[in-house]
Amino acid sequence: MTRAATLERRWGARAWLLLVYAFLYIPILCLVVFSFTAGEITTQLDGLSLRWYVALLHDDELGAAVRLSLQVGALAATAAVVVGTAAAVVLARFRPGAGSGVFAAMATAPMVMPEVVVGLSLVLLFTHPMLQPVLGGRGVTAIWVAHTTLCAAYVSVLVQSRLREMDRALEEAALDLGCPPWKVFFVITVPVIAPALVAGWLLAFTLSMDDFVLAAMLSDPGSTTLPVLVFARLHHGLKPEINALATVIVVVVSIAVLVANRVMQRAQRRRRAAMHAALRG
Amino acid sequence: MSAEPAAPAPAPPRRPFFLLRGRFWVACLPWAWLLLFFLLPFVLIVNVSLSTPDLAVPPYVSPFSQPQAEGQPALPPAFNPDLGSYRRLGDEVADLARPGAELQYLRAFGNSLLLAALTTLCCLLVGYPFAWHIARSAEGTRNTLLMLVMLPFWTSFLLRVYAWMGLLDSSESGLINQALLALGVIDAPLQLLYNSGAVLVGMVYSYLPFMVLPLYANLVKLDMRLLEAARDLGARPWTAFVSITLPLSWRGIVAGSMMVFIPAVGEFVIPDLLGGGGVLMIGRRIWDDFGPNQDWPMAAAVAVVMVLLLIVPIMVFHRHGDRGDGASEAGP
Repeated sequence: MTRAATLERRWGARAWLLLVYAFLYIPILCLVVFSFTAGEITTQLDGLSLRWYVALLHDDELGAAVRLSLQVGALAATAAVVVGTAAAVVLARFRPGAGSGVFAAMATAPMVMPEVVVGLSLVLLFTHPMLQPVLGGRGVTAIWVAHTTLCAAYVSVLVQSRLREMDRALEEAALDLGCPPWKVFFVITVPVIAPALVAGWLLAFTLSMDDFVLAAMLSDPGSTTLPVLVFARLHHGLKPEINALATVIVVVVSIAVLVANRVMQRAQRRRRAAMHAALRG
Repeated sequence: MSAEPAAPAPAPPRRPFFLLRGRFWVACLPWAWLLLFFLLPFVLIVNVSLSTPDLAVPPYVSPFSQPQAEGQPALPPAFNPDLGSYRRLGDEVADLARPGAELQYLRAFGNSLLLAALTTLCCLLVGYPFAWHIARSAEGTRNTLLMLVMLPFWTSFLLRVYAWMGLLDSSESGLINQALLALGVIDAPLQLLYNSGAVLVGMVYSYLPFMVLPLYANLVKLDMRLLEAARDLGARPWTAFVSITLPLSWRGIVAGSMMVFIPAVGEFVIPDLLGGGGVLMIGRRIWDDFGPNQDWPMAAAVAVVMVLLLIVPIMVFHRHGDRGDGASEAGP
C-alpha cells in the first residue's frame, strides 16, 4: 500500500471516531450548557446563573428519590456481586453436571430479556396471593430483588471471564499445600479477581441507579426512585432543573470512573511487579 | 470390558446434609436465587396468562382456583385455564387478511420487531467501523477511547433521551432547528421530534455501547498478520475483509446484535418520549394492560408470546455469542 493511502486511511479512521464520539457527547454537552441558564426554557441560554442548582438543592422530593436510589443501588450492587460471583465460580470452576446448561442460560438471560417482561414476571411473584405475605408485596424490597437479579447476570459474566483468564496454578499450588478450598478462594482468588469485582459492583450500581422500567413496575407509592420521578417530570413539563441534575450526575460519574480506573491500573501494576519479583526471587 | 470384575470403589462416607461439601453451598445460592426470582416468576406469567381477568387484588382469577360456596366442602383442586387472552391474539391473526381490521397487538408486535431490527442494523453499521478503529489504535489510547464509550452509558438513560428531546424539538427553540435557522439553511423549523426518525436516532444512541463493546472485545483479538498476509498475496481490502475479518469477527457481531435486538424488542420508553406515543410498541401494550387497563392476563399472554418470539435469538446469543469477553470490557 502506498504511503498516501495509509495516511488517507488513518484520517478516515480518525474522522469516523470523531463523528461517533460527537454523536455520543453533543447531547450530553447540551444538557450541561443549558443547566446554567437563568431563564425558564431548557434550550435557551438567557444569561448565566446557578439558580437551577439552588433549586435542585431545595427540592425535597428529588432529594428523597436520590437517597432511595443510592440506597437501593448500593444494596443491589452488593447482593449482585455476591450472587453473581457465586454463579461465576459455579460456571467457571465446577465440573458441569446435571442442569448446568439450564443454569448457564438462566445466569445470563436477565441481561438481554426485555425489562418489561422481567418486571411483569416479578410483579406477579411479589403480588401472588400466597407469596405476598412472605415477600411483602411491591416496594423497595421488590425493586432490590429485581435489580439484584438483573445486575448479578452482568457481574457473573464479568467475573467469569476474569476467572477463566487467571493463572490456575496459583489456586492449585495452594490446594496441594493443604489449604482448604474456602481459604484458597478468599486469600488467592479474590485478590486476583478484585478488579472484576470492583468493576462489577460499579456497573451494578449504575445499572440499578439508571433503571426505570423495573422500578416503575415494582414501586408502590412510598418507593419512588430517581428514574421514576424523572420520568414523571419529563411528562409534566420540563425545567432546566433537570439539566442541573444531569450535570451533577455526569460530573460525579466521570470522577468516579476516573478514580476507579486509576486505582485499578495502579493495583494491577503493583501485582504484576510483585509476581515478577516472586518468580525471579 | 476386562474379564476381572473391577474392585468395588470404596463407598464415599455418608455425611449429614449440613456437612455437605462447600461446593454444594456455593452452588446453592445462585441456583436458589435464580429459581426463585427468575424461573418461578416465568411460571407465574404462564399461569396468569391462562387466568380470567377480575376486579380484585391481584386482578385475576387463577386457573387453579375453585369457586367455593358457603358451607360446602372444599372442591378438589382442578385446572381450568381461560384461553381468552390468547384467543384475542389468535383472532387478530385470523383478521390479518381482512382490510380495516384493528389489529392492536399484531401491529404493535410488528412495529417493535421492525424498530428493533432497524436499530440493530444501524448500530452495526455505525459500531463496526468504530469498534475496529478503537481496536486498531495504540494500546495506551484504547482504554481511554473505550472509557469514553462507556461514560454516557453510565449517566442516566432517561436524561440522555431527554437531551435528544431538546436537540430535536420541533419548535424554533429546538437546538438543531436553532442552529439551522441561524445558519440560514432553512426558513421554518423542521418537524424533527415525534416521528419515527427521532425514535430511531434515540434507540441507536442508547444501544450503541451494547454493540460496540462485544465487537471491540472480538476485534482486538484479531491477528493482524492474517490481513497482512492477505495483502501481500494480492487480496484487495474488500476481499480481505469479506474472507478474513468478517468470518473471524462473526461471534462478536452475533453477540452485539443480540445484545441490541433482544432488549430493543421490549423497549417502549424511548419510542414513547421521542415518538410522542404515535407509534404503538408491544412493550407499551404490556405496560398499558398491566397499568391503566388492569388486564393482567392479557399483559401476561403478550409477554409469553414475546418470550416465545425471542427464544430463537436468545438461544443464538447463548450458543454463538462471544459474551464473556464482551462484557468484561464493560467495567472501568
